[in-house]
Amino acid sequence: MELTLWTYEGPPHIGAMRIATSMKKLHYVLHAPQGDTYADLLFTMIERRGTRPPVTYTTFQARDLGGDTAELVKGHIKEAVDRFNPEALLVGESCTAELIQDQPGSLAKGMGFDIPIVSLELPAYSKKENWGGSETFYQIVRNLLKDHSEESKQTWQEEKRRPRVNLLGPTLLGFRCRDDILEIQKLLGQHGIDVNVVAPLGASPADIIRIPDADVNVCLYPEIAESTCIWLERNLNIPYTTTVPLGVGATQDFLRELHEVLGMEIPQSVNESNNSKLTWYSNSVDSNYLTGKRVFIFGDGTHALAAARIANEELGFKVVGLGTYSREMARKVRPAAKALGLEALITNDYLEVEEAIKETSPELVLGTQMERHSAKRLGIPCAVISTPMHVQDVPARYSPQMGWEGANVIFDDWVHPLMMGLEEHLIGMFKHDFEFVDGHQSHLGHLGGKGTENINQGVKTTISNDSTNTSADPIWTHEGERELSKIPFFVRGKVRRNTENYARQAGCREINEETLYDAKAHYKA
Amino acid sequence: MSGATLLKESGPREVFCGLTSIVWLHRRMPDAFFLVVGSRTCAHLIQSAAGVMIFAEPRFGTAILEERDLAGLADAHDELNRVVKNLLARRPEIKTLFLVGSCPSEVIKIDLSRVAENLNIELKGQVTVLNYSGSGIETTFTQGEDGALKALIPLMPKSDQKKLLLVGTLANAVEDRLISIFNRLGIDNIQSFPPRQSTELPSIGSETKVLLTQPYLTDTARELKNKGAEIIEAPFPLGVTGSTLWIQAAANSFGIEKSLVDSILNPLIARAKKALAPHVEKLSGKKLFLLPESQLEIPLARFLSNECGMEIVEIGTPYLNRDLMKAEIDLLPPDCRIVEGQHVEKQLDRVRDSSPDLVVCGMGLANPLEAEGISTKWSIEMVFSPIHGIDQASDLAELFSRPLRRHDILNPKTLTAN
Repeated sequence: MELTLWTYEGPPHIGAMRIATSMKKLHYVLHAPQGDTYADLLFTMIERRGTRPPVTYTTFQARDLGGDTAELVKGHIKEAVDRFNPEALLVGESCTAELIQDQPGSLAKGMGFDIPIVSLELPAYSKKENWGGSETFYQIVRNLLKDHSEESKQTWQEEKRRPRVNLLGPTLLGFRCRDDILEIQKLLGQHGIDVNVVAPLGASPADIIRIPDADVNVCLYPEIAESTCIWLERNLNIPYTTTVPLGVGATQDFLRELHEVLGMEIPQSVNESNNSKLTWYSNSVDSNYLTGKRVFIFGDGTHALAAARIANEELGFKVVGLGTYSREMARKVRPAAKALGLEALITNDYLEVEEAIKETSPELVLGTQMERHSAKRLGIPCAVISTPMHVQDVPARYSPQMGWEGANVIFDDWVHPLMMGLEEHLIGMFKHDFEFVDGHQSHLGHLGGKGTENINQGVKTTISNDSTNTSADPIWTHEGERELSKIPFFVRGKVRRNTENYARQAGCREINEETLYDAKAHYKA
Repeated sequence: MSGATLLKESGPREVFCGLTSIVWLHRRMPDAFFLVVGSRTCAHLIQSAAGVMIFAEPRFGTAILEERDLAGLADAHDELNRVVKNLLARRPEIKTLFLVGSCPSEVIKIDLSRVAENLNIELKGQVTVLNYSGSGIETTFTQGEDGALKALIPLMPKSDQKKLLLVGTLANAVEDRLISIFNRLGIDNIQSFPPRQSTELPSIGSETKVLLTQPYLTDTARELKNKGAEIIEAPFPLGVTGSTLWIQAAANSFGIEKSLVDSILNPLIARAKKALAPHVEKLSGKKLFLLPESQLEIPLARFLSNECGMEIVEIGTPYLNRDLMKAEIDLLPPDCRIVEGQHVEKQLDRVRDSSPDLVVCGMGLANPLEAEGISTKWSIEMVFSPIHGIDQASDLAELFSRPLRRHDILNPKTLTAN
């Protein structure tokens, strides 16, 4: 049993719903008690979908449990098929139905429908949403393509046509998927590569059957599509790309990988520096202040990994924390963190993430909506880079993360909160000028920049608890505090902590103006 | 009863389960914590229905069952014990802990009352541990509050003092207002249930007169009656008429002069009617369809039809308690169709066939209906908004007139030249 106040991922059947709702002409009969229908609002409210998810909930009640729930399930299945007339039917259970073991998938298969029936087994007490999405997509593809024969397949060169690929993995409630697929389609078009099928988002079962017409699968979101891509490679001999085109470097790598897998020559244009404005903006002189900015990164595996690379290589930040809530992706995130000299934070507990943010005192947090809230409480700027989705993550404007335009969007989204941070600093500097109105508030909420100090006071207490035996806590003199207050708020906490550590080591009882400069020299040396 | 047609329907439902009521209960009693014993689905439901992220640490959470908890119940009980103790160690401000049963905990028969009993012995009164079920297999939406209140009743002290007990969660400001009106009528001994602090439970006895503020408290009303309290029969305090009849019923029961009641209420009624007028103009003659969710549907329909002139197509309700709802049904226009239960597909067919001007529905259905050009109002808003009492009648009407007004602003009727 695990105490959870908030969870990054829903249960696995929510993942299945994401696949079902992303697709067309598919229906999902979900054996679930009343109340589980709340899931509809994720799609109709967060994504503002104008249609209901194609899901029939059996909504059984306690009084049904005494009777024949199997008959109830069959009734709902028949009604759903009659009413919605799908090309294929998904049948599965939510957590409670799993306990009563009605086997709805087998029941459906015994009802004599002439459409494919995909039975889902998603263990609700051990797995989560992304796993459920991945498994559902895999089961759909496997079921619809199990009788497919590869014998007559020819390469694009042999058929004298343009190469074509499938884009696999985009779903509803996935981070900016809607715009990413447009951006990637545009990018591939520029290189003479056609898109055969995009799935699951927008695909019908008939489209899934066309997947083998492509030369290569592009695995855009490994959380959802990796297991499907592996199966398609093993069984239908379709290779897949593993680079996710998030950021300038990764987009270049992706294009190189794709050209190579397709047997195409890598065009020079891939390496040009003006594909995305991120490169020049990052080189421009006013980006100098971005150098070494301490960033804390947390999200799903794919976006956290990509963010670490962009932050480190393309923006010149210093990554001080890297983690993911996705256990399935821990295998990839751990070595990436290690390469940055960090230990990856793998957790589903947002309070643990908040603690880690406090401890590393970053100047920017790149996280989920939950980290945005934590960062707001701590007075640290934040940009959202990953699911779970919030209505803010479905902007009206075109706003991809992938490809060249995605890199532009990322530059703006990450740097603007920092510029606002700089604005806070200027406010601090000029607050004694007569033109200045006190009580100015910016995007950081009522805390303004003061939060960073609060954090570090917290840290201070912990440190002093550890060292009570060796020495008493140094006391800040009035002059010391005044000097400290002149330091920009976003490094003030770190300076306070370093100075106190130094004072303890040096055996100073008091911290005055000079101690601050001594500590500064000590740590620079 | 009036000529209302009462029908029953079964099939796929689109309603919240009782866990959802935690969303307002935890705000009412800030010293209580609600611990759902359930699955990741339960946790996800509550965080999706409530804006959980705005809290540093919310006063509700889920003890998520894992595979090994399903294997042996003894272990599950021990595990729950452990989770509760960790929680209480971290949150010393908690005075009352509700263990809330869910669909999975009910199906595998975790005995929450036994866990609560053992914890109460161990904790020696520092924290009171209670349990009730908010599971979807037994409860819908507002029935969760019914269960939570019922669980508190055994702790209420006994008292033979004559008093008025307001039962059901109200917005604090509205509650203060209603109490001040009763005070003016000469009713001074008034308490509320649930209280604003879980430890300050009102007393109960044969001289307690209960006035229900909410229509969904079937079990609570029954238990209070068993404790000797008298349940005052009245419609619910929604709209001018409903609120007036509700206050008058209490006044009658306390033997207060009609002339005094009239002299205090009449100015309020006149003022409220004036405030209501612009909304009546907007709502009058418009067709209303209410889908089942909060059990507030019947009183709302009564208000919107009798006081705002709306035409009622259908009133859906997840559950119909004919005794508690009698006074309401009597006030409904003849031939009103009330459907208890739901077959969501068939009901949506009826919505489309009747082309209503406004549909009251759950959050999952609102945007799909809006996309079909049908204006909607979220039923969940009714349990969050201060809508009770004479003074709030125009605010209540405004909740329904706003979507229609917005629709007109965005879709101006233009003359087309042929």
